[in-house]
Amino acid sequence: MINRNPQLDENGALQHLLTTEGLPVSILLHILDTAESFVGVTERDVKKIPLLRGKSIFNLFFESSTRTRTTFEIAAKRLSADVINLNIAVSAQSKGETLLDTVDNLSAMNADMFVVRHAQSGAAHLIAKHVRSDIHVINAGDGSHAHPTQALLDMFTIRRYKHDFRNLRVAIIGDILHSRVARSQIHALTTLGVPEVRVIAPKTLLPKMVERLGVHVYHDMAKGLKDVDVLMMLRLQNERMKGANLPSAEEYFKYYGLTAEKLSLARRDAIVMHPGPMNRGVEIDSAVADGKQSVILPQVTFGIAVRMAVMSILTGNQV
Amino acid sequence: MRIHIKNGRFIDPRNDIDSIQDIFIAKGKVVGIGEVPVEFQASRIIDAQSLIVCPGLVDLSVRLREPGLEYKATLESEMNAAVAGGVTSIACPPDTDPPLDEPGLVEMLKHRAKNLNQAHVYPIGALTQGLKGERLTEMAELNDAGCVVFGQPDGLLPNLRVLMQAMRYASTFNFSVWLRPQEISLTGDGVAHDGEVATRLGLLTIPVCAETIAISNIILLTKETGVKVHLCRISSAEGLTMIRAAKQQGLPITCDVTINHLHLSDMDIGFFDSNCHLMPPLRGFEDRDALRQGLLNGTIDAICSDHAPVDEDAKLLPFGQSDIGATGVELLLPLTLKWGTEMHLSLPKMLAKITSEPARILGIDAGHLSVGSAADICIFDPDHYWKVTSSAILSQGKNTPFMGMELPGGIKYTLVNGHIVYEH
Repeated sequence: MINRNPQLDENGALQHLLTTEGLPVSILLHILDTAESFVGVTERDVKKIPLLRGKSIFNLFFESSTRTRTTFEIAAKRLSADVINLNIAVSAQSKGETLLDTVDNLSAMNADMFVVRHAQSGAAHLIAKHVRSDIHVINAGDGSHAHPTQALLDMFTIRRYKHDFRNLRVAIIGDILHSRVARSQIHALTTLGVPEVRVIAPKTLLPKMVERLGVHVYHDMAKGLKDVDVLMMLRLQNERMKGANLPSAEEYFKYYGLTAEKLSLARRDAIVMHPGPMNRGVEIDSAVADGKQSVILPQVTFGIAVRMAVMSILTGNQV
Repeated sequence: MRIHIKNGRFIDPRNDIDSIQDIFIAKGKVVGIGEVPVEFQASRIIDAQSLIVCPGLVDLSVRLREPGLEYKATLESEMNAAVAGGVTSIACPPDTDPPLDEPGLVEMLKHRAKNLNQAHVYPIGALTQGLKGERLTEMAELNDAGCVVFGQPDGLLPNLRVLMQAMRYASTFNFSVWLRPQEISLTGDGVAHDGEVATRLGLLTIPVCAETIAISNIILLTKETGVKVHLCRISSAEGLTMIRAAKQQGLPITCDVTINHLHLSDMDIGFFDSNCHLMPPLRGFEDRDALRQGLLNGTIDAICSDHAPVDEDAKLLPFGQSDIGATGVELLLPLTLKWGTEMHLSLPKMLAKITSEPARILGIDAGHLSVGSAADICIFDPDHYWKVTSSAILSQGKNTPFMGMELPGGIKYTLVNGHIVYEH
């Protein structure tokens, strides 16, 4: 059976943002270009434009998150939307309400958009398939599957510093297996024409068929970082030690943690990125995180502009 | 009731018959094939012109969800579904609540099923008490109550010592042991094949070696204990190679494949279609193709529906949280015909996989038709295509990956013990 890309409407326009996979390059670039126009807004004294006035945006967080939820909230408010935050991890679902019941109830409150974070891969797709056609869904992270706005803000950051995707070597380093960020980054990078995307990790932190995503696999930082223009670090969660993925945070840091010494193997003008929150001394050394090549804080700033862009494009209310 | 089935194309795979012959039925038995018995007066004539008349189908895995899981489906609904699918004998796995580990429960199920006067129900007895994999069940007593074979359901293989003892004990009475090969410690919380799709979708995986390691253990224990073993629902090409080798050594091993694994691969999960959340997981193209070939060359003995009706709401969840299983007993014939046609197989050869072969594995006198045998009969139109919709399916479970597809094989009549139990 042929399924239409569930994020696009019948005219090929963006209806939901669920994953970067399968999105045409024109849509990715349109989001990045639109975000450029919002960066100015976020730098103004009065950081508000009335594009989404009267729209209701529900932040549906089935998994707790402060940072991502906050950036979505700020983005929506700067567009003058009404934002309702629901921390469902501690409310309805614990009373036995199903995911789709929760969504139905909120839809009945005239929601225009849902921003969804869920611990299960595919949760945002399920909601997008279920809601009325005038409601938009943004995936703010589903299980190990996708985190498209994070990947888009990463692309925005790369473009800001490196200008052209088509002559870059990009390395993604760390727990690829469990990372929704890594999957979305890989699809965005390959779609935007980055000729060489590398992943660097021990074998226990790589999905079995990762090469099929179009990446080159390295297990050794010294080899993998050679001549790289962009380093995208991933967060390592403590649970990985319990699940027999790794022996210890110390050994991981020694072999895969980013130190100034390892960074020197990359190109001299390489940039260092991290989606946050960082584990200093586990995947990244403080000297690097706070160093000259780090663009970790600009990533956060651009994240707001990118999320504003996605929201305005989805609702068709653009500058 | 005396029934005369006339003008039909009679196919009996076991006796290698495929010809236009009339069938005569009286007192629940076949009393004549081709020739009208003396003084036979039909009280009902079925015109089977351009229809196939064959033994009632035998399905090796149908979950009736009783006792205990009636919210998913009831005995009534699923027994209706079975005969609507032309199925007249069904083996039901012991994973009910409570499990089928006591003679009383088995007797109750048999009794309830018998009162419905539909398909014959053959409960698979639990191999261990409470299916916990610790203590053996009273297999001989359970056999008296009606269990013909013994097994453990998905993901609950006992540790190797208990398994060996259970197999040894079962072989004492010449009972066969049915197991779905899966090494639990390698399965974890996995929900999908360890392939490209799970890599893309970020789903937790079940590697092929979870199946092959279990097959290897079971083959070695079969050698050790001499028990007859049936391996249920094989999913991988590699597993199949091991089973072929074991069969060539003359070990008493048989195996089956589900209608889902015969036609689908992990690609069918698409964008997280929870109808494809099945166990074992749908594997790669190469696996599916090996299963289709293995069935053709006889490494795989039979096809089962792996009928598992699921509550609708339990599928409206993210893939990994959705219930496992699909409805299937009404799709057994259509999907067997689809496979057989695509493999250019004759009707008798494909029907053997859902009549005589599963009957042989289950050790029951069914799946064939001769004068004197019980009149369990399926009459169908092989050229009738129908669309799988929730209203076309009688099972209470409405979830299947084949929803919306047009499939061949329309059941016209199902007879059990000479009674017309389904008519369309």
